[in-house]
Amino acid sequence: MFGLEKRDTRLLIIVAIMALAAPFILNPFPTDSAMAQFNAGYPDLMQRFVIFGILAIGFNLLFGLTGYLSFGHAAFLGVGSYSAVWMFKLLGYNIIPGMVLSIIVSAVFALAIGYISLRRSGIYFSILTLAFAQMLFAIAYSDLIGRFFGTPITNGETGLQVYTSDPQYFHNENLPNIPHLFGQEMQSTYTLDVAGWSFDFSFGYYLCAIIMLLTFYLAIRIFRSPFGMMLRAVKSNQQRMNYTGLNTRPYTLAAFVISGMYAGLAGGLLASMDPLAGAERMQWTASGEVVLMTILGGAGTLIGPILGAGFIKYFENIFAKINDNVLHSWFSFMPDGIEDFMVTIIHPFVGKGWHLTLGLLFMLVVIFLPGGLVEGGQRIGRMFSRKKPSDDAADGTTTPAE
Amino acid sequence: MAILEVKNVGKRFGGLQALGDVNLNVEENTVHAIIGPNGAGKSTLLNCLVGKLIPDTGSVMFDGQSVLGRKPYEINQMGISRVFQTPEIFGDLTVMENMLIPCFAKRDGAFEMNAISSVMNQKEVVEKAEHMLEDMNLMDKRQMHAASMSRGDKRRLEIAMCLSQEPRLLLLDEPTAGMARADTNNTIDLLKRIKEERDITIAIIEHDMHVVFSLAERITVLAQGTPLVEDTPDKIKGHPKVREAYLGESQDAA
Repeated sequence: MFGLEKRDTRLLIIVAIMALAAPFILNPFPTDSAMAQFNAGYPDLMQRFVIFGILAIGFNLLFGLTGYLSFGHAAFLGVGSYSAVWMFKLLGYNIIPGMVLSIIVSAVFALAIGYISLRRSGIYFSILTLAFAQMLFAIAYSDLIGRFFGTPITNGETGLQVYTSDPQYFHNENLPNIPHLFGQEMQSTYTLDVAGWSFDFSFGYYLCAIIMLLTFYLAIRIFRSPFGMMLRAVKSNQQRMNYTGLNTRPYTLAAFVISGMYAGLAGGLLASMDPLAGAERMQWTASGEVVLMTILGGAGTLIGPILGAGFIKYFENIFAKINDNVLHSWFSFMPDGIEDFMVTIIHPFVGKGWHLTLGLLFMLVVIFLPGGLVEGGQRIGRMFSRKKPSDDAADGTTTPAE
Repeated sequence: MAILEVKNVGKRFGGLQALGDVNLNVEENTVHAIIGPNGAGKSTLLNCLVGKLIPDTGSVMFDGQSVLGRKPYEINQMGISRVFQTPEIFGDLTVMENMLIPCFAKRDGAFEMNAISSVMNQKEVVEKAEHMLEDMNLMDKRQMHAASMSRGDKRRLEIAMCLSQEPRLLLLDEPTAGMARADTNNTIDLLKRIKEERDITIAIIEHDMHVVFSLAERITVLAQGTPLVEDTPDKIKGHPKVREAYLGESQDAA
């Protein structure tokens, strides 16, 4: 179906169901229960899941296939956001021009940065991309170009935002005063209350989810194409590539640009969620985050980056919210002394300490599951299939690049 | 007619004159062996032919065109394929994918943005790759990771990959180095068969005299960066200069 092999079609359908049913899947606990803390089905967070999913899918096209580890992908995210906000300022709040421009501008930046950085490989490539991203961050943070022209371009530390004095050429009073798609507000949400549960269906989320599915579908096509095979060949043996009459440079550059365009689109979508672009979106920690997502989920696999993005964003938002009061309520059934002791033990790992938990989990994954969460899933799958010897033959075919 | 003409090629690495003044003609549709003791400059010469090194002096003409200053992939697209001393294959990819890549390189050239249609839908390329695998007896290993194959199989795969590009000149750098006798003999038979079946010129660098004398029609002996003699195998065997420089020490190998 859709020109895909059976296995890939199945994967696409699973991801589609997961994405479309996310408001249910991520809200498993009734609103009033103590576990409601772990619900992640609110629009803002779900949008982050899929937007960072797009970023990680694109990053994986570069890192997972060619092995070139870019440490400056946040630059494209930031460039995409700035482009989208500029479109809001100039043309109005319809997100389409913003999306288009964010993809084009990030492609131009990726072409320039990639052209220079790809002269080196390995750690030197990573350092070059990091250097470019930090330069762009510094330029955006100080609004160097804006000061040169005498008008704000990135608006420095305040961040770029839309003011009522902006031209907004296509804006009129019938249109909402927040990002929208042909009048349909991104933030409009329908809430379904069923017996204690509450599910939010947001237009913005579904738009992002559909875009994510489209980019995921495109990524599958690239993975299975001759171009994708060449990219994996680059990772495997560049020497043989050269002596097989293949020029590796345009292949890696094309992968870099495509990957940068994915990041730009993600940046544009972030701006459509919240029409504000700040320089911190381009900082090196943001670049590191997408590397973590991809490795945690499983670099070089199709679904891994999406899982990694969801995993990290879940931790960032859910674990960070658990404070001492919540901990006390969990352990309230224990005698006072033990309750305080348990809270003291767990305290450093939750709330502001969520990075610590994430770090530990990341270590465990890298040490015990070098293939990321996808490898974990495959191992569990194999454990089950071993119990049913009759299915062995069917599941015996290993799926290295799923 | 000489398909490869090497004229007055010299290469110096710091204080070491790796190649002095090399003149060499490889005639079309022959098997030409280049032999010589360690450090004679055989590998340096080969690297000058494929674009890995640029000689300091002289010229290298392939089929009437200079190869100097061209990148390795451009030289390959001109029709020169190289087999390495340790097989250079795509270890992380399957045997079938290894075979498909040179087939795509032959059809699409150095770069082609073929990113949407699936590999398996490119019927004529897939068929060609399968045909090559069958020809090389590797069909049953097509789904294996190339890195997990035996040395002999890797060598056969590498040769098959080079042949699928239909090169006019095949360069082999010690193709039997580190192989067991049985594998060596298989490789000799394979190269003989390739020579019979195709219009192809083969230039081979080899230490193993058994391989050289079973395959070569012409032999050039290199010593200290300069060609000592060039002649037919029979003449080379008895040549006093060659005995002195090379065979004298390893007569039992011959």
